[in-house]
Formats: sequence, C-alpha cells, structure tokens
Amino acid sequence: MIRLTINGQTREVDVPADMPLLWVLRDVVGLTGTKYGCGVAACGACTVHMDGQPVRSCQTLAGDVGDAKITTIEGLDGKAADAVQTAWRNLDVVQCGYCQSGQIMSAIALIAENRNPTDADIEAAMDGNVCRCATYVRIKAAVKEAAKLARA
Amino acid sequence: MFAKRLLEAAGLSPREALTGTVPTRRAFLKGAAGAGGALVVAAALPMPAMAAGPAAPQVVGPPEPRPLAFIRIGTDNTVTVLAKHLDKGQGIVSGLATIAAEELDADWAQVRGEHAPADVKLYANHFFGIQGTGGSTAIANSWDELRMAGAAARAMLVEAAAQRWKVPVAEITVAKGVVSHAKSKRTATFGELAEAAAKLPVPQTVTLKDPSKYTLIGNPKLHRLDHVSKTDGTAVFAMDVKRPGMLTAVVARPPRFGGSVKSFDATAAKAVPGVRDVVQVATGVAVLADHTWAAIKGREALTVEWDDAKAETRSTAQIVEEYRKLAASPGLKAAAKGDAAKAIAGAATVLEAEYVFPYLAHAPMEPLNCVIEMTKDGGCEIWAGAQFQTVEQQVAAAVLGITPDKVKINTLWAGGSFGRRATPNADYIAEAAMVVKAIDGRAPVHLVWTREDDIQGGRYRPLVVHKIAAGLDQAGNIVGWRQGIVSQSFMVGTPFEPMLMKDGIDATAVEGAADMAYAGKIPNFQVEYHQGKSPVTTLWWRSVGHTHTAYAKEAFIDELAAAAGKDQVAFRMALLEGHPRLQAVLKLAAEKAGWDKPLAKGPNGEARGRGVAVHESFQSYVAHVAEVTLDGRGGYRVDRVVCAIDCGIAVNPDVVKAQIEGGTGYGLGHALRNEITLTDGRVDQANFDTYEPMRLSDMPPVEVHIVPSDARPTGVGEPGVPTAAPAVANAIAAAGGRRLRNLPFTREGVA
Repeated sequence: MIRLTINGQTREVDVPADMPLLWVLRDVVGLTGTKYGCGVAACGACTVHMDGQPVRSCQTLAGDVGDAKITTIEGLDGKAADAVQTAWRNLDVVQCGYCQSGQIMSAIALIAENRNPTDADIEAAMDGNVCRCATYVRIKAAVKEAAKLARA
Repeated sequence: MFAKRLLEAAGLSPREALTGTVPTRRAFLKGAAGAGGALVVAAALPMPAMAAGPAAPQVVGPPEPRPLAFIRIGTDNTVTVLAKHLDKGQGIVSGLATIAAEELDADWAQVRGEHAPADVKLYANHFFGIQGTGGSTAIANSWDELRMAGAAARAMLVEAAAQRWKVPVAEITVAKGVVSHAKSKRTATFGELAEAAAKLPVPQTVTLKDPSKYTLIGNPKLHRLDHVSKTDGTAVFAMDVKRPGMLTAVVARPPRFGGSVKSFDATAAKAVPGVRDVVQVATGVAVLADHTWAAIKGREALTVEWDDAKAETRSTAQIVEEYRKLAASPGLKAAAKGDAAKAIAGAATVLEAEYVFPYLAHAPMEPLNCVIEMTKDGGCEIWAGAQFQTVEQQVAAAVLGITPDKVKINTLWAGGSFGRRATPNADYIAEAAMVVKAIDGRAPVHLVWTREDDIQGGRYRPLVVHKIAAGLDQAGNIVGWRQGIVSQSFMVGTPFEPMLMKDGIDATAVEGAADMAYAGKIPNFQVEYHQGKSPVTTLWWRSVGHTHTAYAKEAFIDELAAAAGKDQVAFRMALLEGHPRLQAVLKLAAEKAGWDKPLAKGPNGEARGRGVAVHESFQSYVAHVAEVTLDGRGGYRVDRVVCAIDCGIAVNPDVVKAQIEGGTGYGLGHALRNEITLTDGRVDQANFDTYEPMRLSDMPPVEVHIVPSDARPTGVGEPGVPTAAPAVANAIAAAGGRRLRNLPFTREGVA
C-alpha cells in the first residue's frame, strides 16, 4: 500500500511502487482530468502539482511521491488558479481540450510565482506543454490575462 | 451461450475466437461486407459533393423541419441541441447549437450541446449519406436543417403560449428565451411552455429569419459551450470512460506495415501483475489488464515473432526515388487543356521544380481509444470519439456478429482527430471489437493506443512527389503548366472508391491542383496522376490533398512570378480573374499585412521577407501573408502571420478565428520539422521526442480577418492549413533564403 495526499485527501492505493502517478490518478483513484498524451514527459498533458511545483505525472513514480501534496485539475483552489481558469474561459482558449488540464496546471504554477511574466517567462514555463490544435496564440494571451487578473 | 451465438452469427466458431484464430484483415473486410451487409455509402464524399455549383438544391437535407431530432427543451428551461457531428476541437457542438438557437430565439446562457446518438436515419451527413464528420462539411450540411428545426421549435412554443393565453399567435414575440404577449403583459420561459409545446404537431413549413435580425449567428462574443468543462477537468473523453469490470487492452502490432504475427509467447506477459489475458487478433496480439499501466508492461514482456513476407521493407529514400521516376513519366490525366509540353518547349523562360512531401502522422493529443461492452439485449455499446458512426456501427456489428442497429454509440468529446478518427474501415473500433470477441465478450474492453502506437501506426498523410514544369512568354505570362503527382491512394479497396476514384485517378490526391483557379488563365495546362504503392497505410489528414497541392502550386507560382519580374500579389490577382472570392481574400490579407510597404531589416540587420499564398479548399477561400526573419545561421523565425478567410456567413466568428489560428499552426509545425520516415520498412519516429510537435515558442502571432459575407456558410476546420506553409516558404525565399521543395524545412535548411 502506498499512501498519497491528493487534492487534500489521503488515499491508500495498492499499486506497485514503479507505477507512474499518472496511471494511479487516472485508473486507480479515478481522477481523469489529468491526461495521458505521450508517457515520456514530452507533451505535458499529464502535468500535476507536487507541493505546488508542476511535474509530469507520467514520469513521477507512485513510490517516489512520499509526503508531497499532489494537486490535480480537479483540486484547484486559490487566486492563481482562479485567474488562470477565468482567463482561459474569457479567451475561449480550448479547442479539443485534451491538453488543457496540463496547460492550465503549468500556467497556474507560473502565475503563482510570477505575476508579471515576460514572453520569455511564458515560453520557458509553457513550452513543455504541447497543444496539437495549436491554441498557442490564445494560451500566450490567456497567461498574460491571468497575470493581470492575479495582480488585481 | 449468448456470446457463442454472436460468434456463430459472425461465421466463426467459438473455438476460433477463444484461441484467437481470427481471419486476416483482408478476410475480415470481406467478411464484414458479408455479415454486416455491404458498407453502404449512399451519397458522395466531401469534395465532389461539396462542389455544388449552380445546380445546388435550395435546401440541403430533408425538406421538412425536424425539431424533435435536434432540440430538447427541458422544464428546467435548458435548451439542448443535439450535434450529429463529432466535436474534436473545431467547436462544432457550439456551432450547430448556435444555428438552432438563433431561429429559436433562445438565450445563449440556456443553451447546451450534446452529441447525438448514432442513427443514420436521423443524423446522416447530407453530403455523405452516412452519419459522419469530415471534409469541413458539418456546418454546411446542417445549415438548413438546424435553422428549420429551430424555427419549428419556436413556432411550437409560440403556439403553446397562444393556446394557454388564448391570444393570436401573431401578437406573440420571442426574445432571449422568453415568450411574451405585450398587450396582456404576459411572459413565459421556454421551460414553462416546454411540456405543452411538445404535445403540439410539428409544423410542416417554417419561415426563417432575415439574417439582418441575427443576434447569435455572427456574434463574436459567444463563448464555446465546452469552455468550462474543458478547463476544470470534467469534460469526458473516451480515454476517461470506466465501466464495471473493464479491462484495458493494448495491442502489439507488426513493426513493418503489411507484416503479421508468426507466433508469440505470452508467458512473461501473463506474469505481469494485473495482466488478465493475452489474445491474438487480426491486427496483432492484445494484452488485457486491470489498468493501462499493467497492459503496457505486459506488452513489453510479450515475445512475438513477426512474418514480414508481405511487409514494406523499403526505406524512405528508395520510395522517394521510385516516385521521382514515376513523376517524370506520363501519368493518368487529371486535367488536360491544350498542349502543355509543346507550349513549355516553345516558351521564352522555362522553370522546373520537384517537391517532396513526407508521410505525416495526425498525432491527435488523445491517442486512439474506445470502450466496447456487450449488452444484455444482444447488442453492444461503444464509447468513442466517434467520427464515422454509421461505418463504425456496421464494422463493429460485422465483427461481433450482430446487426448494426444493435450497436449503440456514445460519441464523446474527441481529443483532436485531424482526420485520424475517420477511417473507411473503422480501424480502431474494429480492433477493439475483435478483442472483445476474442475474450468471448466477458468484460468491457478499453482499447488504448499508446503514443508510440499512434506515431508508428500508419494511416499517414501519404508521401507525395510533385514534378512541375511551366513556361513563361516574353511578357511574363504563363503559357504552359505541366504537373505530375505521385501519391498512394487511400480510397482503393474502401467503400469510398467508387465515389472518389475515377478512371484510376484519386480525386483526393489531385484536388487543389487539377482544379486550380489559375488554370483559367493558362492556355495549356496538364496535371497527371500516378498511384504510388506501398503497404504503408495512408489516410486523409487535415485538408487532405490540399496539404501538398496548395504548397506545390503556391511555391511554384511564386517562382514564376519572380521569374516574370512581377509582384507576387499582383501576379496572382491577374491569374485569379473570374474568381472574386479568391481575389478578395488575397486583397484583404495583403492590405492588412501592409504588403505595399517595404519590410524593414531585423534589429541586427537580419534579412527579412514577406510571402503570400492563396487557395480554395472545401469551398472556403483563404490567403496567408507571412513575415520571416532569417537569423543568418541557417534558421528562421516567423514574425507575423496575417490571414484572410471567406467561409460565407461566419456562424461563430471567434471559432472561425480559432480554427484559422490552429490550422495555421498545424500547417507550419509540420512543414517546419515533421516527417515519418522508414528505415528498412520500420518507422524511425516513435513519440513526441522524435516526431517533435510545434510548441508555443514556435508559434507566430496570427491575425485573422473574416470577409463579411451573406453566402451559405462553408467549413473552417481544414482550410486554414493549406496556405500557411507555402506563405512562410515564399517569405523565406523573399528574404534571400532557399526555395524549399523538400519538406520538412529542416531537411535542407533555409539558407
């Protein structure tokens, strides 16, 4: 049994220690908002927060999580999260939407630390998140809008 | 017992199914036609059908309004519009709802969207004759049907109010979801009238709104109906479906196209904790497990010996070499006017170019997957990002030995498709059904393709070679144009072949070339087609033939303009005489981009250039102008892209913009660095680390300008793709870079 803290709740899961957190979340715990896109940390669709830091859950092993607090798209809370989700909705960023949980998790981690990101900051924080619909024009704009909302 | 009967009906003994000895794919397809009835496609497919012309009917679809098929008004005052088309990101659930809600005079806040069930009698695509999404046809074929449905539902609400209030229908008004009678100051919501209205007869004729009265259609401020559920993790994709007792299956498939299983050893795979079964199916060996991770680990532990006797064993370079030889030889004439060879031979200036386009994977963010569960009534239920529902019903039924009406499909939001989910043989649905059959239907099966399966799994945009020669006279007029196109056909051997193959020519391989608008001004014009052959599977890929024909045409016309010493926009404008919609988008994009103003050099003196491309696809008209900077080290940056589109009435202008932004990115990203290559028949790329997708830092700013129009709406999902890459290539050339003829751009470098 592995004990995990996910979205503020403690969960005991009977999984092998080398099972990626992604599959624990999706197939065992039932939190499917976090997506599988590549399994090799090349697309960012599986991004969740570990103690507030964005990590690729497909490369985070269940046995390595320890006491870290996991936050998924379903467990969002706080000003940065509100700002990012609001900005994403105001600008109608989504198309197919499959990558957007990961995009949003990366953006929240950025905004939580940097309320005034430059274009370079945005590229550095978001370049690991692939969007095959290429919603990038709006992602860039929404991160800026979120920063503005978070500053207010 | 139940499953046994299913298998017998499918012509298979239970033993065959249990041991996994199922027919080969070819036999399966033949069997599919026998057991499930031929895959009937009543009407034609995207392109020919869309080329409606002057004989286009007044009403597309049934002449009578069908509000009950499309609109549900709840007593909770919600209006739910059923979308017969798959929303894979293009916003069609919102678009279709907008059309119905407009005529209904609903308040956008009360409108919901839902995918319709699979039922070809109610939900056929009127251009296909089957229920299916593709060819950027969704809005165009639904335009009349949903306006009539909305108007009829509105009339029923008004009638219900008139009866309740005992007032004349003519005195009742409707706005923003409220029905009012001004004289008596009475109002009612749709929800309050819903039950009474549902009991009334459906009107047989309706009067549609004057477009000047539209408040929803054309409104740029409407939010997509999925803008909340796709930002809080609640939107359900097939990948997210969980059924009681469900097993997840991944399939080991032949590493070479055309290969098959010789033998396999499942001992180690079955020892992986969580693995429940290993079965052979026509496409490979399936590992079934309690969850995805165990299935993947189980497949890794599997030992399979493959039979490559009929497999592709060539490398990309060999295929290209063979195609180049074919392109230089006479082919089947897809277009022929005058004597192109003679005209070119006698021309003052002759230009020749050869273009090579690689295989490309669609790589939608959500890899292919679906859930199939046998149901107690002798049927099955499917959860999928279903794109060709009628074909999927027929194929699943044939595999499972049931009738198509017993196949219930739950169409869910799809995480992209770009054409991949629409296959003539419902490939991944068939595979899942074969796995279900192989385990005797004892558990629901979630078939999951990993990203590696997706990148290496074929159904690619074909590898294509174009060879073009053209001649200019002394005045710089094109006197002759001869173009050879070599491409595999993905229509051969499918139910679509009779519609889209004519005299051996695949219409989807030459579209955008054989019918190019410029040909009207070129007295001698010839386009020839050669069918390349390979076991590598290919498929339509966002904008289909236009992915390569628009590039070859626009890159080559650019060279001709340069050789003629003419301005790139003016040269095209003259050739497009008689094509006012193409001219209009070209003019608009050029104006908005400031085409007439010289482009300043980069901050450190870098060379910069501006390029243009214009094209018609799916009856929409698009022009791109791109500005690039060459970095002096062999690289380039796209600084700005300006695009103009004429898609008739823009139902959701913001969605139109989003599709053109995204289509631009899709076109540019692949041209930049994507290719699927083979070494001895094996795919060299495997995942997003080797098939590196466009990323945020690659994406230029994109401005989209929509030409105001009162013409019938046409599609926007695909038309943003074709002109994006050639505009950039032409800009690179204008900046002094290389003419890029061998894609992707990373193959040769720009300077």
